Amino acid sequence: MKARVLIRPKEGILDPQGKAVERALPALGFDGVSHVRVGRLVELEAEDGADLEALCEKLLANPLIEDYEILSTGSESG
Amino acid sequence: MIGVLQFPGSCDERDAVLACERVDEARLVWHREAELGDLAAVVIPGGFSYGDYLRAGAIARFAPAMEAVREFAAAGRPVLGICNGFQVLCEAGLLPGALLPNAGLRFVCRQVEVEVERTDTAATAACQRGDRLSIPVKHLSGRWFAPPQALAELEESGRIVFRYAAGENPNGSVADVAGMANERGNVVGLMPHPEHAVDPLTGSADGLKLFESLVRSAAPAAV
Repeated sequence: MKARVLIRPKEGILDPQGKAVERALPALGFDGVSHVRVGRLVELEAEDGADLEALCEKLLANPLIEDYEILSTGSESG
Repeated sequence: MIGVLQFPGSCDERDAVLACERVDEARLVWHREAELGDLAAVVIPGGFSYGDYLRAGAIARFAPAMEAVREFAAAGRPVLGICNGFQVLCEAGLLPGALLPNAGLRFVCRQVEVEVERTDTAATAACQRGDRLSIPVKHLSGRWFAPPQALAELEESGRIVFRYAAGENPNGSVADVAGMANERGNVVGLMPHPEHAVDPLTGSADGLKLFESLVRSAAPAAV
């Protein structure tokens, strides 16, 4: 199966990348955008039965500072 | 003999060996070595192990040499992690907290003043409490973080070994934390680079105290 893992800084943790992006937007004419947070997207293909949760907890995310979400565990064509 | 770990992407291992050689003999330990033998202490140096992919230190923790360090640490023997080495120790769960990108988003490279809060750890046995050390920092992800409750417990149990002096915090670390110890005090990590401060020629020799401490803390060699 194919899966996508979305990893982002936990709520309440200062995300300087998100802040920098947010501050740049008005200069480009994009007003009214707030709460920008920058994370990571990991795409992978795994054999059925692979323990993606454990994979995320142990390596892809650091649960102390990041939240993760496993998305679209779709079919081969996904 | 002090061992200095070397991962692909390490870049401060030579300076760390030179610093160790001022107080003892030293050798490099390649990341695939799974035995540390009778080393007196281990230093995990700075750099960008495995390109810092994913998160700084995230991949290095799975190296065979790190499994060996885990056993070495569990036996109560001295381990010092510097910069990337500190990140690796946090990712490995050998030290608490995590290191996030600097609050200012810039790579910081400058001399900072660091205060020693504990002298009963493997890296500070040769220091005096309240010592103010002049040591350089050079990092992009040095903002040490722990959630408020965890931080309170760490403060309570005196786990913070080094703190940036007032006004010196270069990265936004909570509570000005520059370095931590494990519960037993034999594993210590810090963001500043003591191995770059071992000779007055480069501005300060204060970092030497940490290496002297490692030697002092090492158990006598087995007969």
